[in-house]
Amino acid sequence: MRRTHDMGGLDAGGIDISPHDVAPWQKQVMVMRQALGDHADKLVRVDELRRGIEDLDPADYDRLGYFGRWVMAMRKILVEKDVLGEGEIETRVAAIRQQRADARQAG
Amino acid sequence: MTHDHGSEREFQPDLEDSEPGEAELTAQAMRELLVEKGILSAAELRERIERLDAIEPALGGRIVARAWTDAQFKARLLANGTEAVKEFEIDMGDAELMVVEDGPGHHNLIVCTLCSCYPRQVLGLPPDWYKSRNYRSRAVVEPRAVLREFGTEIAEGIDIRVHDSTADIRYMVLPVRPKGTEGWDEDRLAGIVSRDSLVGVTLPRTPTAD
Repeated sequence: MRRTHDMGGLDAGGIDISPHDVAPWQKQVMVMRQALGDHADKLVRVDELRRGIEDLDPADYDRLGYFGRWVMAMRKILVEKDVLGEGEIETRVAAIRQQRADARQAG
Repeated sequence: MTHDHGSEREFQPDLEDSEPGEAELTAQAMRELLVEKGILSAAELRERIERLDAIEPALGGRIVARAWTDAQFKARLLANGTEAVKEFEIDMGDAELMVVEDGPGHHNLIVCTLCSCYPRQVLGLPPDWYKSRNYRSRAVVEPRAVLREFGTEIAEGIDIRVHDSTADIRYMVLPVRPKGTEGWDEDRLAGIVSRDSLVGVTLPRTPTAD
């Protein structure tokens, strides 16, 4: 059975060749992965990242976008390894969302 | 909540929302927690971003220019790309680099159908199209049509060899040196080698075309 990430040979549309900027948060994702990989305990290796991405729900695969997939895969791996807890990540996400909403409101 | 990148969309650009999406918030949360717990350091992350920003695809062009002018370097590059690029102070890390040479009868094209593996250490950040669903799907089955979308026409008699990268092996193309560049020095040669020609979607600029 073909899994979602295995898309070689599928029908698809034209290629958008225009360049896109990489946002600061996306660069942070890249260097976080690198740093986790170079960590003494090798917390997230490239092949582990691949496995994490390939394990994502097919519905999430497209919705998340390229860097979203990296983030969710790293999250899953770090939680599996008890480096971070699901609960503390959720709590922090909610706090940041609130902080940023407040900041936008304040203008 | 962020808008939906439905699978019926043809293009999948990474769009910036005015409101941060779930992924961006999660990335920030994870970063903060990892730094607070002393697992990663903020200083290290900052330094890595600076290094990321400093890699230019021009490095790949310089490697090609050296290969075109130094036959022994070219032989080393083709025999063991990982080792040869150390001469440019490039450390491939956990991945191998394979350099594939174009010839009069064949043209190489690089893709990663399963994700988007790319020789970042040599070429910098991959372009969005390389990571796109459409490129990943079609490059392996209709490379000629894909190349046409980049404005590159490869004659029917020329074989197109498509290389599918993996987590462990990254590829870079060594294009054919264009006619009319005899006697050029390395800097001048590097100037006609674009990032896209090292992935194989275009050819180096020929002197007559300028």
